[in-house]
Amino acid sequence: MSTIIIVVVVIVLAFIYAGLYNNLVRYRNRAREFSSQIGVQLKRRTDLIPNLVETVKGYASHEKETLSKVVELRNNVTNAGSLQEKVDADNQLTGVLRQVFALSESYPDLKANQEFGRLMEELSNTENKVSYARQAYNSQVQLYDTAIETFPRNIIAKIHGFKRMDFLQIPEAETEVPKVKF
Amino acid sequence: MIYQQIDRNKRKTYLIFTVFFIILAGIGSFIGDFFMDNIWGGLIITLIVALVYTLITYFQSTNIVMQMNGAKKVNSAEEAPDLWHIVEDLTMVADIPFPDIYIIKDDSPNAFATGRDPDHAAVAVTSGLYKMMNREELEGVLAHEISHVKNYDIRVSTISIALSSAIIFLSYLIGNAYRFVLPFNDDRDRNSGGGSWVAIRAVLWLIGIVFLILGPFIASIVQLAISRNREYLADVSGAELTRNPQGLINALEKLKDSTKPMKKVDEASASLYIDDPLKKKHFTHMFDTHPPLDDRIAALKKSFM
Repeated sequence: MSTIIIVVVVIVLAFIYAGLYNNLVRYRNRAREFSSQIGVQLKRRTDLIPNLVETVKGYASHEKETLSKVVELRNNVTNAGSLQEKVDADNQLTGVLRQVFALSESYPDLKANQEFGRLMEELSNTENKVSYARQAYNSQVQLYDTAIETFPRNIIAKIHGFKRMDFLQIPEAETEVPKVKF
Repeated sequence: MIYQQIDRNKRKTYLIFTVFFIILAGIGSFIGDFFMDNIWGGLIITLIVALVYTLITYFQSTNIVMQMNGAKKVNSAEEAPDLWHIVEDLTMVADIPFPDIYIIKDDSPNAFATGRDPDHAAVAVTSGLYKMMNREELEGVLAHEISHVKNYDIRVSTISIALSSAIIFLSYLIGNAYRFVLPFNDDRDRNSGGGSWVAIRAVLWLIGIVFLILGPFIASIVQLAISRNREYLADVSGAELTRNPQGLINALEKLKDSTKPMKKVDEASASLYIDDPLKKKHFTHMFDTHPPLDDRIAALKKSFM
């Protein structure tokens, strides 16, 4: 009788242990998923730039200064080492791209160009995806970090070597999670 | 928060089932008594018909609802790039699969979500909404719809639409039964206690009319059972998804200024839309499918500002 009880207790504990472990893995994987999503979108962004520069040149050739700035900042994104540096460089790029879109207002032919429209949409799409993925990454990292530091999962994290993950630093005017008050 | 909503929605589903079962049983025993002199027979037949009808509607819900509302499926990002991309963004954040996207050709701005669960979901916007809203506002509206998908509101509304259309279907049958039961040239002696066939037809007419009136009425009672609170909740959780309540607030403001009802809208799915497509003005708010837009805007501002 007592052996049965011991066996049952051991099985239950094993299940709890496995559940907690899997839960940590899930958090970590989802955070990684978002960080790789950021990488993918940044890559797409930098691939779009040469095309954009070519298109704008065709209509607004004397905006050389702005365009060379775009190219320079794009190369910064490509050459940056860590994800954090990439994201920072991309934020600067976004600023200059806004100027390019504002420029297009004074070139009706450029504005009406289909390819330019497509590039604009793609660039704002990738920009949004980067910012969504970054926010999602941070909230996921927060969940994960809290989980590996609180009992009982801190024990499991120690045993299996789960390490803290770092937040991606947020640029100046970042939208915080709005506080819901009921 | 979201899990409580999902639980509450599951409880509501059972409640809706119960209410509809009682209504159907009532209709069934009436049919049995009146047409077959056998209450149980009518009851069983009615429940089987309703069950089959409901199941078909439930599993085909997206197709049926989209057809009823004349929606066209968007098959690739090229057809409506910004719409497609926004839905991609929101589903990524909400952690649900990518739904089907539909556009309804209608100048009245509106949108809805439908389906059984997040794996079988569809989101629809009218061309009027698509033209009227800027990207930020479109994001707000779609986040509201994606919230409906994520918290299983769509399942509750799909089931209630399936059940109310079953009841409307039965009402229609009874409303037209006199044509089959008592053709014009029918002068057989009926042993129905001496009432002439004219009188019986009059009674049938009356019942038919009552049921026809009751159908939509039942549908609106159900929409109340689902409770208008869903809209407030979807507003708030949508704004949490985008982290930008202003987008949805602006969108609701724009919806408020548009008084054009939709051209082709199916009564049973009126409650699905983000804004009342029929633009009905009731004396009381008891039969509204939607809370007033002003209240929703105020609630959003109170929650976030």
